[in-house]
Amino acid sequence: MTLAAPLRARAEELGQALPPLLAAAEHLAATVVLGEHGRRRAGMGDEFWQYRAAAPGDSARMIDWRRSARGDAHFVREREWQAAQTVTIWVDAARSMAFAGHRDRAPKADRARLLALALAVLLIRGGERVGLAGSGEPARGGRSQLLHLARALGDDTAADYGTPPADGLAAHGRAVFLSDFLGDLAPLEAALAHAADRGVRGALVQVLDPAEEDFPFDGRTIFESMGGSLRHETRDAGDLRARYLARLAARKARLADLASASGWHLLTHHTGAPAQGALLWLYQALGPEVR
Amino acid sequence: MWILGPVGFTAPWLLVALVALPVLWLILRAVPPAPVRRRFPGVALLLGLQDERAEADRTPWWLLLLRMAAVAAAILAFAGPVLNPQPREPGSGPLLIVVDGGWADARDWPRRIDRLAATLQDAGRDGRPVAVVQLTDRPLTPVFQAADAWVARLPGLTPLPQRPEAGAWVAALPAGGFDSLWLSDGLDHPGRADLAAALRDRGALTVWESPRPALGLRPAEFVDGAVRLTALRAVAGAEAVVEISARGLDPAGIDRELARLPVTFAAGDRLATGDLSLPPELRNRLTRFEISGVRSAGAVSLTDDSLRRREVALIAGQGEAEALQLLSPLHYLRQALAPVADLLEGGLAEVIPANPDVIVLADVARLAPDEEAALLDWLDRGGLLLRFAGPRLAASDVGRQDEDPLLPVRLREGGRSVGGAMTWGEPKALAPFGTESPFFGLPLPGDVVVTAQVLAQPDPDLAARSIAALADGTPLVTRRAVGQGQVVLFHVTANAEWSSLPLSGLFVQMLERLAVSTRPVAPGAADLAGQTYVAEQVLDAFGLLADAGEMPGTPGEVLAQALVRGPDAANPPGLYAGPDRRIALNVLGAGADLAPAAWPAGVPVEGADAVPEVNLAGPLLAAALLMLALDVLAALWIAGRLRGGAMAALAVLALALPPQARAQDAPADDALALAATTQVVLAHVVTGDARVDELARAGLRGLSRRLFERTTVEPVEPLAVDIERDELAFFPFLYWPVSTAQPLPSAEAYAKLNRYLRTGGMILFDTRDGDLSGAGATSAEARHLQRLAAGLDIPPLEPLPPDHVLTRTFYLLQDFPGRHTSRAVWVEAAPPDAEQVEGMPFRNLNDGVTPVIIGGNDWAAAWAEDEQGRPLVPVGRGFAGERQRELAWRFGVNVVMHVLTGNYKSDQVHVPALLERLGN
Repeated sequence: MTLAAPLRARAEELGQALPPLLAAAEHLAATVVLGEHGRRRAGMGDEFWQYRAAAPGDSARMIDWRRSARGDAHFVREREWQAAQTVTIWVDAARSMAFAGHRDRAPKADRARLLALALAVLLIRGGERVGLAGSGEPARGGRSQLLHLARALGDDTAADYGTPPADGLAAHGRAVFLSDFLGDLAPLEAALAHAADRGVRGALVQVLDPAEEDFPFDGRTIFESMGGSLRHETRDAGDLRARYLARLAARKARLADLASASGWHLLTHHTGAPAQGALLWLYQALGPEVR
Repeated sequence: MWILGPVGFTAPWLLVALVALPVLWLILRAVPPAPVRRRFPGVALLLGLQDERAEADRTPWWLLLLRMAAVAAAILAFAGPVLNPQPREPGSGPLLIVVDGGWADARDWPRRIDRLAATLQDAGRDGRPVAVVQLTDRPLTPVFQAADAWVARLPGLTPLPQRPEAGAWVAALPAGGFDSLWLSDGLDHPGRADLAAALRDRGALTVWESPRPALGLRPAEFVDGAVRLTALRAVAGAEAVVEISARGLDPAGIDRELARLPVTFAAGDRLATGDLSLPPELRNRLTRFEISGVRSAGAVSLTDDSLRRREVALIAGQGEAEALQLLSPLHYLRQALAPVADLLEGGLAEVIPANPDVIVLADVARLAPDEEAALLDWLDRGGLLLRFAGPRLAASDVGRQDEDPLLPVRLREGGRSVGGAMTWGEPKALAPFGTESPFFGLPLPGDVVVTAQVLAQPDPDLAARSIAALADGTPLVTRRAVGQGQVVLFHVTANAEWSSLPLSGLFVQMLERLAVSTRPVAPGAADLAGQTYVAEQVLDAFGLLADAGEMPGTPGEVLAQALVRGPDAANPPGLYAGPDRRIALNVLGAGADLAPAAWPAGVPVEGADAVPEVNLAGPLLAAALLMLALDVLAALWIAGRLRGGAMAALAVLALALPPQARAQDAPADDALALAATTQVVLAHVVTGDARVDELARAGLRGLSRRLFERTTVEPVEPLAVDIERDELAFFPFLYWPVSTAQPLPSAEAYAKLNRYLRTGGMILFDTRDGDLSGAGATSAEARHLQRLAAGLDIPPLEPLPPDHVLTRTFYLLQDFPGRHTSRAVWVEAAPPDAEQVEGMPFRNLNDGVTPVIIGGNDWAAAWAEDEQGRPLVPVGRGFAGERQRELAWRFGVNVVMHVLTGNYKSDQVHVPALLERLGN
């Protein structure tokens, strides 16, 4: 797939709008990687790193008044960034993600990949290590990893509905699953159970097309899955709308249950809405929890 | 042709195809609409769902019916259906076509030509020889020729503006059998019955009449100070109204409609009259009347001098004298002339510019030199100066030695009295008028006597200039031509002082002969005898007026005959000019009547009653196509593929309908009231400028969100308010962006706005020009605001003072930036007695909320947010800009707080005093 370069460019563009993202590590000790401790740069940590002059945009409570009182200038106390987090991203590459409900809308897969790579850009800029679940490659940091990610994101699978990987999650890391979750939920349950076992927490992003939310169909219709493996014929599609929506709501409720049971966050994102909202949400879901 | 009831079919065998309809029904019924295949990932959720309705399995019956109807309509259309078929049996032998060709034909001439052409075509197809005669032509024995030869001559046929002379053609008819078709104008003309009888002798006669009513207009009469117009119609039918348009020259000399009079034919009446009252100046300019919308010479009536009322200026020498009315020199003249002329009274200097036809000087001796010059000039242009003698003229020395230019003769000193107590002799009677005199022929009443007069100096010309004399031969009335005009002197007074002439009927007749008064309506043959009239303008049959060009003169006798009998070929209708008058020869005379033609029984009359043939193939085919188009839509709808199309159709409908975004349509008033009162709503005034309105709405949306986030005020989506239609009382606060695109509100809207302002509402006027309007400079919006606010009850204003409560209702503010940062924000002025109390930070201003805030900072633009909460309009630069936007929001919050809490914050100045009183 030749999508890699433009996809990366667009992802960089989207990622530029937010400040560097830093995943807070709840189990800092368990995930400390040798040689990475003390990254010699400013960040979130407990140790003092340096003072610097206050700049416009710094809030008043960031100012170290004790240090500032000794001179005329205001100073901000910075602490050293101490740990790197491993984030594993899984993007559903199944055929169902290729669906677009309108010719002006991009397929769901495009949106999912864009979100994934934008998140990767942010994380890597923040010094985290990012890997793709199921790719076999280890999670890495650094700009070059973005190229690998972009290349790996281009791969499609032939299955109708994707299944999240049951293993390959770094213990005590974070994970992000992007899919439409319209297929069988059993593999997802297994994957979440496995993740909970390994102390992995994260976020589920259900990417849906607005057509899947509204079911804007009428008349005699044969519905086929994208791969053609499933088929359903109806004489009046409009008649099915209420029941379809009820089933969709039940599916979302089930996903919410699953997520809350394993300490994950869930977002339903529509391809009709801007991607920025979803990225912001991911930023908050993976970032430090504000009390 | 096969005829079934009122419908005939030209290709009836095609109807056999209708038999196939039931078969089609069965076939269509068995084929259900094809399903749509859709790729849809959500199918995983659909598995196992059962259909509850099975309707789309078969084609629904109504769709079948639609298709059947479409096919049936197509079959019927191709079978050539004709409504009201008129079967024509082809005749044989020669055919004579008689065309009236008079003015009454002009009203629908093209239709007649069409009918003629159709008949010629039929005759040509049947190989019949044809002759066409026009009854307004000179009678010539018609020659039967091939129909094609006549077709080529059709464009040359035109109606003539005269009456068809049917009787003259009886003798010209050829012998032998032939059929005839008479294209009649529907009017009864003399000789029509004779010609019809003669034609029936030769063969079958068919008459065609136009259903369009024939209308005519009689010449206008002058009755009781108004112009009476009479319209005629041939067939007395239901009530009808026709409009008569009076045309004439406007002051620029351009022919245009001067007045319009609708007249009504009562049901069953063939006459409609109406009176048109016009000012004399307008009336004198009339040239013709027309029935508007009728192209026919009969519907046009030209006017001549008979409608013109002469303007007579009366000037007396002793205007200011308080004499008895009966002694007034003008009294008898006024009485004699008032019914027949328009009188002007006043000084000579005032009446001459009005260019009257006649100026009467009663006992005026001397005129100022400039008046005399003006009078001479007016005389040269054709005026008639009528002078009466009197004591002043007799006592003056005017015209004694030399001939005065304004007197016809020289006068002798003193004048004379006869028949008085101190004089010899009897009062003198009048001598009979000579043949040269204009008064010739007037009967002399015996009781007219003259007791005093001024005397003319004997001159060689005196006899020629005298047009009336006393029994002893002394001139009583003298006349002399000056330029194109003339001067006439009555040697007696205009009142009864010197003679009894003004008391007699002769006086009136003499004035009439002198053309002082208006002429009687219709000139008789005797009036016209011996004169020659030349046509100036002529009418064609369609009622169009054209220049006559070079036409031979018409003797008066002939013209008088034509006036009675109607115009003929030699004397077309038009305007004829004679030596001293112009005469209009109209198609319809004063007593004319339009009688409908009565045809002998047995003569078939086409046209009038016959319902025209209507070819139904076109409508049926159109219906079939329409039904097929509907079928396409219905089939799409059934198959569920109509979504996109329906959207497009709805979009078209939505464009056609007025915008629904304003939730304040009249029936939805209650909905508006509920929406506005159940929760706090910010509202803006609709200006009509879409961009401004959109921005105002977005701005209020942003402000509502800030209020929701930061304060206990929790507004819902803002509303747009149309000040013309919507109730304003529900809104505590109106944002009014001033746009030059907005028209000024109506008076009702102003009343509503003033009530709103008086009862505690607040309007924030935003001229949005804070970047332009600085000190003293005004922008277009500011000027528009001045116009808008002129009708509003706005108290005195002042720039927002630093201790105004607006600066501290929620945030502490000193600047009020929006997109611009102008500091000029105006609010209601503080009362003049407001003083700052020692120790208090603010003046004691705790009453009233300012009803208006006026500024130009374009706050809405700074507040504006889209649905996702992103700012719509850039403000400033970088962090400073964000700060400016924040301050704009704070200003908005302060304004809304000020509106909702009034001067609560101002009242807080009393808190120390209250605390002290509580004993703290």
